[in-house]
Amino acid sequence: MSIRPLIEISLHGRGGQGAVTAANLLVAAALEDGNVGVQAFPFFGAERRGAPVRAFARISDEEIHLRSEIYNPDIVIVLDESIMNIVDVLKGLKENGTILINTRKKPSDYIFSNKYTVATVDATGIALKNEILVGGIPVVNTPILGAIPRILDRVTLDSIKNNIKSKWKSDLSNKNVKAAQESFDQVEVNQ
Amino acid sequence: MNNIMIDTGNYIAAKAAVMAQPEVVAAYPITPQTTLVEGIANYHETGEFKGEYICVESEHSAMAACIGASATGVRTFTGTSSHGLLLMHEMLHWAALARLPVIMCNINRVVGPGWNIWADENDSISQRDTGWIQFYCSSNQEIFDTIIQSFKLGEDKKVSLPVMINYNAFILSHTSMPVYIPNQKEVDDFLPKRKPVWNLDVNNPITFGNMILPPEYERVRKEMQDSQENAKKLIKDISKEWKNKFGRYHGDLLEYYKCEDSDYILLSMGAIGAESKVAINNLRKKGIKIGLARVRTFRPFPKEEILKISKNSDLIIIDRNISIGMEGALFSEVKASLFGKSDSKVYGFIAGLGGKDVTFQDIEKMCEKVINGKANNMEWYGIEGV
Repeated sequence: MSIRPLIEISLHGRGGQGAVTAANLLVAAALEDGNVGVQAFPFFGAERRGAPVRAFARISDEEIHLRSEIYNPDIVIVLDESIMNIVDVLKGLKENGTILINTRKKPSDYIFSNKYTVATVDATGIALKNEILVGGIPVVNTPILGAIPRILDRVTLDSIKNNIKSKWKSDLSNKNVKAAQESFDQVEVNQ
Repeated sequence: MNNIMIDTGNYIAAKAAVMAQPEVVAAYPITPQTTLVEGIANYHETGEFKGEYICVESEHSAMAACIGASATGVRTFTGTSSHGLLLMHEMLHWAALARLPVIMCNINRVVGPGWNIWADENDSISQRDTGWIQFYCSSNQEIFDTIIQSFKLGEDKKVSLPVMINYNAFILSHTSMPVYIPNQKEVDDFLPKRKPVWNLDVNNPITFGNMILPPEYERVRKEMQDSQENAKKLIKDISKEWKNKFGRYHGDLLEYYKCEDSDYILLSMGAIGAESKVAINNLRKKGIKIGLARVRTFRPFPKEEILKISKNSDLIIIDRNISIGMEGALFSEVKASLFGKSDSKVYGFIAGLGGKDVTFQDIEKMCEKVINGKANNMEWYGIEGV
């Protein structure tokens, strides 16, 4: 089998939304799906609840030697659309790159949908509906994870569900698995 | 799949430490080491770590507690970083001079002020002369493997010295990667229970650390030096044994990468040592004959091996540290290893201090500056317009 290209993913969210956990679960799922080299890491800074945060993931068919940050992602994932008012989330995104946004808008509502593949899903709505809350705040990482297999063929929904199940127990696990499935079903992609 | 664990460098280090079954862990938390000791505390809670976990009030006390425990003949482990390591300084000398194989992870972090929690190797480099063996790791798998191997190395009677396993703040400590974890029996077979060279025993009282006259003290120092020399061979043997048992190998004193026909060889350590492989691949695609010798052990220093690779290659050094008033520490050591025995040219770069990101493109630029004949003897990458 030939070596598929390295995939670099950059996640934008706010402290407490679960961006780092999302990156970790994503690469664990990718490993289960046969991607031999995977890596997940936070932006190396002090994280505060509510402040803009970033996390990164790499998915490869080979051992990854890279230890630097990701400057030119293939995929950008936005966990909180209000971040887009203060952070240029498209900065460095590769030509023909993909951006997945947690929003109630449609892909065509974004002017950059003529340039990039845009995927949208109401992850906050799904989190609220399934009562995935920490301190009253919806945690959107599992619905966001459920949407990823729709934009990246290196990861399957089954593996994402498996890793959610091994991270959380019983009721919480069921809620998160259900949220991932709903997100997978509801995500809209412009191309 | 069952024996692959995907986790951060710190949690992988916690797993390795616990699988080595130390009887005592004493530690004080400091960013970015915190999750390492938190991981061990968690294994203590679940019962997977059966030894004693001593919460102390400072790093100086953490090392003192490890020294005391180790002196009774048991296996000990701790972890620290940056200012924590510096606060241990007196006790680091003590552990080495008492010939106690305390095993410790140090997460390489900037020394302040100004306050900064990112990767920089000046913390451990400034502990160079304490007598500790120093490893520098470049992947989570290497962290796991090196920790288990270090117990065997430090506890061997031919060495009987403490070992410091260094890895970069955040770049490894907080990055998740897949790591192959052997089962407990495999680890136990590789690493038998510690057999101390000497130990404190209430049933057979002895005194340690009493007055010692100049000639004997000098002999103690000479024996430490001899033991570091012994460690060179043992590190090779242990790496080979690990390779045969588990199929994984990260090099011994050095890791060689595409060095065979090289006109130039890059020497780097830690995370930059991994990123360098990407740079080497790209430079080779451009037709440049260049290889990498990643330095895994800073003490003992692989001077014979470095002299050997200098015979047909010029050397390019990247230091994520600076000995203020001189130059990068690795740069100095490499030149000392070659002095009077090699005509090879040696170029040094300082890069990535304060946690500044060092990408493969940066490494390629440094190498190309040397190859194009434009590099000065020592350069600050990114400050003086490289």
